Amino acid sequence: MSQSTKYETVVGLEVHVELHTNSKIFCGCKASFGAAPNTHTCPICLGHPGVLPVLNRQAVEYAMKAAMALNCEIATESKFDRKNYFYPDSPKAYQISQYDKPIGENGWIDIEVDGKTKRIGITRLHLEEDAGKLTHVDGGYASLVDLNRVGTPLVEIVSEPDIRTPEEAKAYLEKLKAIMLYCDVSDVKMEEGSLRCDANISIRPWGQEKFGTRTELKNMNSFRGVQRGLEYEEWRQAEVLDSGGVVVQETRRWDEAQGKTISMRSKEEAHDYRYFPDPDLVQLYIDDEWKSRVRASIPELPDARQERYTSGLGLPSYDAGVITSSKKLADFFEESLNYTKDAKAVSNWIMGDLLGYLNANNQELDDVKITGQGLGEMIGLLEKGTISSKIAKTVFKAMLETGKLPQQIVEEQGLVQISDEGAILAIVEKVVAANPQSVEDYRAGKDKAIGFLVGQVMKESRGKANPALVNKLLQECLSR
Amino acid sequence: MASTFDLRLQDLHSKLNNKEVSVAELVEASYKKIADTDSNIKAFLTLNEEQARKEAAELDSQLAGGAERGLLFGLPAGIKDNIVTENLLTTCASQFLSNYNPIYDATVSRKLKAAQSVTIGKLNMDEFAMGGSNENSSFYPTRNPWNTDYVPGGSSGGSAAAVAAGQVYFSLGSDTGGSIRQPASYCGVVGLKPTYGLVSRFGLVAFASSLDQIGPITKNVEDSAYVLQAIAGYDEMDSTSAKVDIPDYLSALNGDVKGLRIGVPKEYLGQGIDPQVKESVLAALKVYESLGATWEEVSLPHTEYAIATYYLLASSEASSNLARFDGVRYGVRADNPDNLIDLYRKSRSQGFGPEVKRRIMLGTYALSSGYYDAYYLKAQKVRTLIKQDFDEVFKKFDVIMGPTAPTTAFKIGEQVGDPLTMYLNDICTIPVSLAGVPAISVPCGLADNMPVGLQIIGKAFDEATVLRAAHAFEQNTEHHKLRPQL
Amino acid sequence: MSITIKDVEHVAALARLELSEEEKEQFTGQLNAILKYAEKLGELDTDNVEPTSHVQPITNVMREDVSRPSTGVEKAMRNAPDEEDGQFRVPAVLE
Repeated sequence: MSQSTKYETVVGLEVHVELHTNSKIFCGCKASFGAAPNTHTCPICLGHPGVLPVLNRQAVEYAMKAAMALNCEIATESKFDRKNYFYPDSPKAYQISQYDKPIGENGWIDIEVDGKTKRIGITRLHLEEDAGKLTHVDGGYASLVDLNRVGTPLVEIVSEPDIRTPEEAKAYLEKLKAIMLYCDVSDVKMEEGSLRCDANISIRPWGQEKFGTRTELKNMNSFRGVQRGLEYEEWRQAEVLDSGGVVVQETRRWDEAQGKTISMRSKEEAHDYRYFPDPDLVQLYIDDEWKSRVRASIPELPDARQERYTSGLGLPSYDAGVITSSKKLADFFEESLNYTKDAKAVSNWIMGDLLGYLNANNQELDDVKITGQGLGEMIGLLEKGTISSKIAKTVFKAMLETGKLPQQIVEEQGLVQISDEGAILAIVEKVVAANPQSVEDYRAGKDKAIGFLVGQVMKESRGKANPALVNKLLQECLSR
Repeated sequence: MASTFDLRLQDLHSKLNNKEVSVAELVEASYKKIADTDSNIKAFLTLNEEQARKEAAELDSQLAGGAERGLLFGLPAGIKDNIVTENLLTTCASQFLSNYNPIYDATVSRKLKAAQSVTIGKLNMDEFAMGGSNENSSFYPTRNPWNTDYVPGGSSGGSAAAVAAGQVYFSLGSDTGGSIRQPASYCGVVGLKPTYGLVSRFGLVAFASSLDQIGPITKNVEDSAYVLQAIAGYDEMDSTSAKVDIPDYLSALNGDVKGLRIGVPKEYLGQGIDPQVKESVLAALKVYESLGATWEEVSLPHTEYAIATYYLLASSEASSNLARFDGVRYGVRADNPDNLIDLYRKSRSQGFGPEVKRRIMLGTYALSSGYYDAYYLKAQKVRTLIKQDFDEVFKKFDVIMGPTAPTTAFKIGEQVGDPLTMYLNDICTIPVSLAGVPAISVPCGLADNMPVGLQIIGKAFDEATVLRAAHAFEQNTEHHKLRPQL
Repeated sequence: MSITIKDVEHVAALARLELSEEEKEQFTGQLNAILKYAEKLGELDTDNVEPTSHVQPITNVMREDVSRPSTGVEKAMRNAPDEEDGQFRVPAVLE
């Protein structure tokens, strides 16, 4: 399902991000994941008669922060509206959301695909409350309603239809996730539902300006799911058009197991949300002082860091991109640099051994114990020749598992490199004496033979002999 | 014993202090009166007997111990059934909530507990406060104590009737477009609608959130000041609650209205007004003149648009506020629904009466796609004009006075089936609600043996002046002492 | 603008009300009367008038982000018409 030669794909994404406040957006219940059903509820989030919402200041500031990080213009006047619809996960039968005065509008983020930077517009970012959760009883005769999640603050981030490929969609989501993590407004865990993504997708013949009929995709529960769902849907829409059909505007569900999108039964009737300003909440005026205070709390964002890593520290753009894609990784990188000047070496260890290990074990940085200090100091030991690169691999593995500093690991395991010429010479002479055939081969001009002899010396020293000294002494010994 | 409830609060408290009467006796007197009269009046929906007797005993033992007393210590009170009371059924006079046992207290319910009144029971009303006659109660209509063939007014009809009949010492009502003032007027008692934002709405089952206010219904103005003192004030649970200093309302009751400037809107005395009502109001103005106040005819030119504005705004908000009654978490769920949507439709259709359905329909239509600007937004703009009418008059006048309602109470069944005519009864109270300003209705006479109410309207948060003016009138007239023959 | 029975049916569907044929007829007539009466508002020029959402000029009411104890599952379920394992039970929600 590669890029069609006939059609151009147009995608816009609607992303919901849960803000990690202590309490819910309109009541004091804890906003947290994984509690027993309906334990985190009160009359307000249960939608009992007579209750009223009171806005959580932190939710507003997180939303402002996120909007600023997405380069949005921040509203001076904002307000909340009721979006009316009946559904068991919505206890008031309306969701408090923002209709025509969102917190942020007209933003953008830059994504990088195939080495090229592309700007994706952000139409708006608004604040709203999350709904509850429904589960289906075995046998399908009933559904159960858990309202713990009701009132968790959410921002909905709507992109412009600027995305042209599923790959760009994935890059957009990864960038969005990175920015939310940098701003520290959300845990952004798709598997826990703290980031959810719906997509609008249409295709059109290349060169045509008018958008094709779009479908809305739901239920994509991972970044890869988003990419695969969009890939399937652009292929499906092309098939429909090629066979003379028309794309129906509808909502489709991505079925991960079947690897395809399935039309959701069209709703019994059209939605009419009857938005109107919530009379229980008052206007929000966001003055310049408030804006600047929130703006000051935004840390350096991934793009700025990437720029600093490439132009300042000389990292390859790709490496800088990977490292800055996660704030934790970038912070780890910078911590290492407090203990070594060799940014490239740190980057190589992160790109190779660290990420290799994490990917192989399906883990995240938080799951391993190594510290930036550990990596930095280990690189220092390498530079000084205290340890060999071979020992470094052992030390690195021990740091991942124990979090101990390299010096301690080296001492505990006796891993210090042998740089004593006399000690190494003794081993060299022993190896030369034990391998007359290899010595003869070398002297007959077979240079490769020396590699075997070096290996034998290293083996004899249990990897601790300084490789440069081994080479030097072996050559001296053989040319005698 | 019934006459005890005719005492001023201060005198009743002296009797309690002097052990001439106990809280338990007051509570028993209340239940006795209810037992004697309520089969006829039908003011109450739920009685709180067991709990009330327990509280009375506790209060009496406190009295013996000389502990500090709350402002409303020992007073038997009735609460309108749209005000949430924990562990005491709160039905809004609706079949839908006929089994609703609240898990929390409204802010005013807590405040009454703090002020140590005793809740006797929950009072009948028009279903979800929609109506002006109590005929929309889905259980039974309350009857006017002055003549049980007549309506007590509404929607706080039970609250007004219970006070007028001497069943409780005071009651709480709620007012969205006149629902405290109009029944107070029809039943010959004192009803105060405070400024929007003065009394917390937390725990008042919302009808129209931008208009609803809770207020006291009492036998006299002084008691009204006491109850207001106990329930007014900023509440962090209500975002629309105002952060204003609460004055000492009692000290405002100094009887002095000399120089008080009264505006009398010609629109409130015009077409449709009962000549006897008009006469009573003009007589009341004469009383003020005699006390050194002055009055002048003024105009609130957008009055004729108020009812349409009100019904669009209130119904729209109600359509959304009442959507939570879906049969999922509480309330009466219809039996054997075919599916989820059927559950919603059947539960709501069986649970709501015709007036509630009618307003939900109107509000849903007014908010629906394509009509929002023409109806809801337009009405919000006209609301601005109506508010400006009041702002203009209050530049020159301290209070506005007129009738509370254009007529006295009408007969039960007389206006059923004609919602528009029924809505027009509210012409004098609705503009005040839209402007968000305070107003009180005080008895100012009888017309054909049915009470007439004088409405005194004040500036926002100037309840003190409204109460002072009402009190001065009361001190110089006998109307408030008239009681229905039960 | 006049409301038809079809409009009434649409609005009833939005409001999740099930109306009898008689109610539909009645509401069609009554809503038409009320809306006709409301057309009065059209007489007023409100082009330069700000809408009033809140009658008092209160803005920026917020609480601090402090969690309070929830009332918990027992109270949540006290009034439940139907429940299972601490959750509200409803007829199956179709995907």
